[in-house]
Amino acid sequence: MGSNNNTLVKLKNVGYHQNDKWLVKGVSLEVEKGKIVTLIGPNGSGKSTTAKIALGIYKKIEGEVEKYTNKVGYVPQKVSIDWTLPLRVNDFMVLTENLKDDAINEALSLTGVVHLKNKNLGNLSGGEFQRVLLARAISKKPELLVLDEPVQGVDFTGEIALYELIKKISDDLNCGILLISHDLHTVMSATDHVVCLNGHVCCSGSPIDVAKNMEYKALFGEQASQILSVYEHRHDHVHSSEGDIKKN
Amino acid sequence: MFDDFFIRALIAGIGVALVTGPLGCFVVWRRLSYFGDTLAHSALLGVTIAYSFELNIAVSVFLVSSIIALFLIQLQKKTNLPGDALLGLLAHSSLAVGLVVIGFLAFIRFDIMGLLFGDILAVTVNDLIIIWFGGALILLVLKLIWKPLFASTVNYELAEAEGLNPDRAKAIFTILMAAIIAISIKMVGLLLITGMLIIPAAMARNISDNPQKMVLFSVIGGLLSVIIGLFSSLEFNTASGPSIITASLVLFILSLLKIKQSIQLKN
Repeated sequence: MGSNNNTLVKLKNVGYHQNDKWLVKGVSLEVEKGKIVTLIGPNGSGKSTTAKIALGIYKKIEGEVEKYTNKVGYVPQKVSIDWTLPLRVNDFMVLTENLKDDAINEALSLTGVVHLKNKNLGNLSGGEFQRVLLARAISKKPELLVLDEPVQGVDFTGEIALYELIKKISDDLNCGILLISHDLHTVMSATDHVVCLNGHVCCSGSPIDVAKNMEYKALFGEQASQILSVYEHRHDHVHSSEGDIKKN
Repeated sequence: MFDDFFIRALIAGIGVALVTGPLGCFVVWRRLSYFGDTLAHSALLGVTIAYSFELNIAVSVFLVSSIIALFLIQLQKKTNLPGDALLGLLAHSSLAVGLVVIGFLAFIRFDIMGLLFGDILAVTVNDLIIIWFGGALILLVLKLIWKPLFASTVNYELAEAEGLNPDRAKAIFTILMAAIIAISIKMVGLLLITGMLIIPAAMARNISDNPQKMVLFSVIGGLLSVIIGLFSSLEFNTASGPSIITASLVLFILSLLKIKQSIQLKN
């Protein structure tokens, strides 16, 4: 993984700990222009933490982050908007960047919520809000998009459409995407590179390589690995309940 | 019709209201009313230091409040005490120390009531200059940090991730809080300054559906409070601070009618 002109962000053996507990450790990955890198892993495996390290939200980290762009769009996993703030969708769209009305309308149309433009943010449903979050992140035409479960709470047909949109954005804008997703079907079909986390990098590579990996199978079960053809591997380590790793 | 002092008080009050309007919105949005109170209490210490060393009151209050604010930020980082306990600790101890120092200054004629509740008779031409120049400077700086401050008020992580440097904006805002308290202390008094920040902004929240409107209504509410408050202060011979705050309370109660209306509309 040599860095080149296409590299947008590169994590070198990064880790982050809170209250003496490592949330994630020893993660290396690289997002390039026009490529989609997906983080998968069970709850608490450090996916969101890794994203926040890449974004520079967590600063006291182990390892190194090299970032080659400032044009970043971010869809966090959880956003709670305080009721003390009167905020319409329109106000939220221009939160971090001054945008022309056309650009706002275009982004909201892409995610199918342009009719909500003047609605109060607090009155949206979960799925509608998620679409607004995605629209806001893509409206500034970022070079790097970090999407932390971007389609949570979106209806089934909408989910497929939004994933297609994400793929299209990656192609049209030639932007790099760091995606966190639980939807393995989508991950396996639209991703260039998959990183499977469980407090550390379990395995990584092309979707096919990862699906073949026993670690992945152990984490997600037999069904998940049947998404693509499976080759049997031997585990080379096991996880204890404390999160330690023991070599077999 | 008006004595000179009244015109001066009016100009001073209008200057203060123009600044407390937008700052007050951030105090409400960021839940900083107790922080404002703490800075205001520490202002008494600033005033006594000004008297002791014959400094300008606004400058002295600004310096002491800024130091207390920075001290608070350090304490928050280094202790495990909850934020409100630290605020209370600093508010009451700086108030107490201020009052003890006043005890030693018995040789100076001291209008403590005017200090606590504001005194329109006390506004000098010099104060007007400080209020309008200081106020303009505060508004200018606020405009410069508006984007990162507002974005991080909505969501800190979004602001940080997308490169807006919210920590710097927050630190600058803290200094602006100390500055507004310093310039408005003569008008409103140190016990009521936070009211001047919060009540017009709270009134504005009731009748706004977006942030720009809320700032605008907060400024208008503050201006009306100052004008109505000062005229009634003249009429009924009451202290200026309480009169202004009472006027803003009346406006707040009127704004509740609007909420009631919109609730009825929904039903």
